[in-house]
Amino acid sequence: MFSYIFSGDFPRSKMLTLLLVVIVVGLVLTPWLFPGSRSMETAMRIAIFIVLVASYDLLLGYTGIVSFAHTMFFGIGAYGVAITLNEMGRSYEGIVIGTVLGFICSVLLAFFIGLFSLRVKAIFFAMVTLAVASAFTLLVSQLYQFTGGEDGLTYSIPRELSPAFKLVQDKVFGVRINGKLLLYYCILFASFGLFLFMLRVVNSPFGRVLQAIRENEFRAEAIGYRTVIYRTATNCLAAGVAALAGSLMAIWLKYTGPDTTLSLNIMVDILLMVVIGGMGTLYGAVIGSTLFIMAQNYLQELMKMASDQFSAMGLPLLPELIHPDRWLLWFGILFILSVYFFPTGIVGRLRKAKT
Amino acid sequence: MSTNDNGLSASSAPKFSVLSERNLPLLATAIVSLAALALIGQMDTWVTLTLAGLAMGMMIFVMASGLTLVFGLMDVLNFGHGAFISLGAFVGISVLLMLPSWTGADIAFLNIAAILLAVVAAMGLTGLAGYVFERVIVKPVYGDHLKQILITMGGLIVTEQLIYVLWGPDEITILRPLALQGSFTFGTVAIEKFRLLAVVLGLIIFFAMRWTLNGTRLGLVIRAGVENREMVSALGYRISMVFILVFVAGSALAGFGGVLWGLYEEVVTAHMGMNVMILIFIVVIIGGLGSVEGCFIGALMVGLLANYTGYLVPKVALGSNILLMVLILMWRPEGLLPVNKSR
Repeated sequence: MFSYIFSGDFPRSKMLTLLLVVIVVGLVLTPWLFPGSRSMETAMRIAIFIVLVASYDLLLGYTGIVSFAHTMFFGIGAYGVAITLNEMGRSYEGIVIGTVLGFICSVLLAFFIGLFSLRVKAIFFAMVTLAVASAFTLLVSQLYQFTGGEDGLTYSIPRELSPAFKLVQDKVFGVRINGKLLLYYCILFASFGLFLFMLRVVNSPFGRVLQAIRENEFRAEAIGYRTVIYRTATNCLAAGVAALAGSLMAIWLKYTGPDTTLSLNIMVDILLMVVIGGMGTLYGAVIGSTLFIMAQNYLQELMKMASDQFSAMGLPLLPELIHPDRWLLWFGILFILSVYFFPTGIVGRLRKAKT
Repeated sequence: MSTNDNGLSASSAPKFSVLSERNLPLLATAIVSLAALALIGQMDTWVTLTLAGLAMGMMIFVMASGLTLVFGLMDVLNFGHGAFISLGAFVGISVLLMLPSWTGADIAFLNIAAILLAVVAAMGLTGLAGYVFERVIVKPVYGDHLKQILITMGGLIVTEQLIYVLWGPDEITILRPLALQGSFTFGTVAIEKFRLLAVVLGLIIFFAMRWTLNGTRLGLVIRAGVENREMVSALGYRISMVFILVFVAGSALAGFGGVLWGLYEEVVTAHMGMNVMILIFIVVIIGGLGSVEGCFIGALMVGLLANYTGYLVPKVALGSNILLMVLILMWRPEGLLPVNKSR
């Protein structure tokens, strides 16, 4: 049965299995283990980013395409839900229509971008997607009648999914069973579903062809696979999944703005998560996003403590270097080191340690 | 044969007519600006817009030329180029802020001298940063595009963060030196002084680069390296030295462009490099990856079009670059003036 669920692609390392189990159990039990809205926000962010980062890994790790437009698709999904909910008011139809529309739009857009630029070199694609994504961000801020411009959109979701709705009157093990908890598990379930779906894809014959293209495009073409078709298909698939992740994000946050979905900073975050976690394996996305988001939320506090300590001691420059806002500096260095020394990331490292 | 860079095979290439393949892009630029004249309908507005467009184009060219040259010679797409632009801007602005008596004086000579000093300081530091960047970050990943993109992206992040560490997280605003504020007016035509300076400096850089590439022995080696790296090293030139040199020069040019751009916007942020990079990529793609002259024409086109559309249809202005890129790539998928690669 496990083989069926994981599509035969097991973690293949005791340590990695342990980590994954801890992460999954942690996500499932967050409302009980770490009560409080902040830890729930963090857990939800991790769950959604696992999907987003895994879908990016389909491109970067499995097919060897560098795209800078992934947040654009994420944003299309999010704005799809945001705009329909904003126009239609709180309703399930709004969520469904918005999600489907966002999905279709981003697959179509990915298809056209792919047609236009996937025939040529990786570098070219990277530049074109960067340009298109930045144009899209501008477009969103221009069309403020629909998108709310820089301020973004705030909307409400059906009552059954909000904290005001109570399923059970009493607390269960000290946690109130309300609509928000219901929503939490819906999104978590959807994230797991999407992740397992992608695991299925990369372990199918289709996924094997993608890896073949990554390893040696010329040879893959020579064996008789039309690489352009496969690449375009992956591009569309990754875009579609990213859009769905965006929809989940929009439903959870009840807010969608350029900063939460479209900004280049998120694109950079995704890139860091994939590479540090491990390219070419979807489990890398799980480890990478968990590590990164935990650091984003909790490492800063640690750095703040250390920074205050150092500035109290009167050392020059050091307090600025470990200022809490500079945590990305250290992740950037970690990123460079991992590209050099462990191109397979943490997951690859763990798998190697086993043998 | 006719797509060969002039010089190397000038003797064997057929004589160019005005309508030859290589002159078409330049002609297209001229046609675009004439069409804009017809649409705008007022001579003075058109002249102002054209000059503004040329100035913007020149500044973009200065920043983009380094990138395209590095790409042409070493086949490295340096995302970290944007970091050098920011770094150059910050260094240059710091120098200017340290010399308030020079920039504030009502003597044009002192103002220009201050800017030159800022430019020299910026170029020196970004050149040095480029050297370190090439040695530490880029050298181990020659020949692997995927890793290059990732690693230079990492370099960009780290450099950007270091700028925050050194200069603090806030943006810095700066006024241009006194002599460069305001504009000259000829009748009804207003020309901003700083833009004029940008055009002059851009032209100087362009012709200096052309001369270096087409008129010196070093340029010959570089151009030969662009066409076939192995052959050049087989002939006994230490191509790795040329790589370093070009990388340092490219980074220094980015720093130069950064100072100009910072003074143009009158505000510098650590993120500015990355924002300009998008424009630069468009220019480099339009011009044909690796081609300096293509990059020049591409930059002019982008600058001109941005100003014309900004006046005629402001809503479209922001997307005009993308539109231009799509059109050009449909016309010439390899860019305007593609480089002949033997690989």
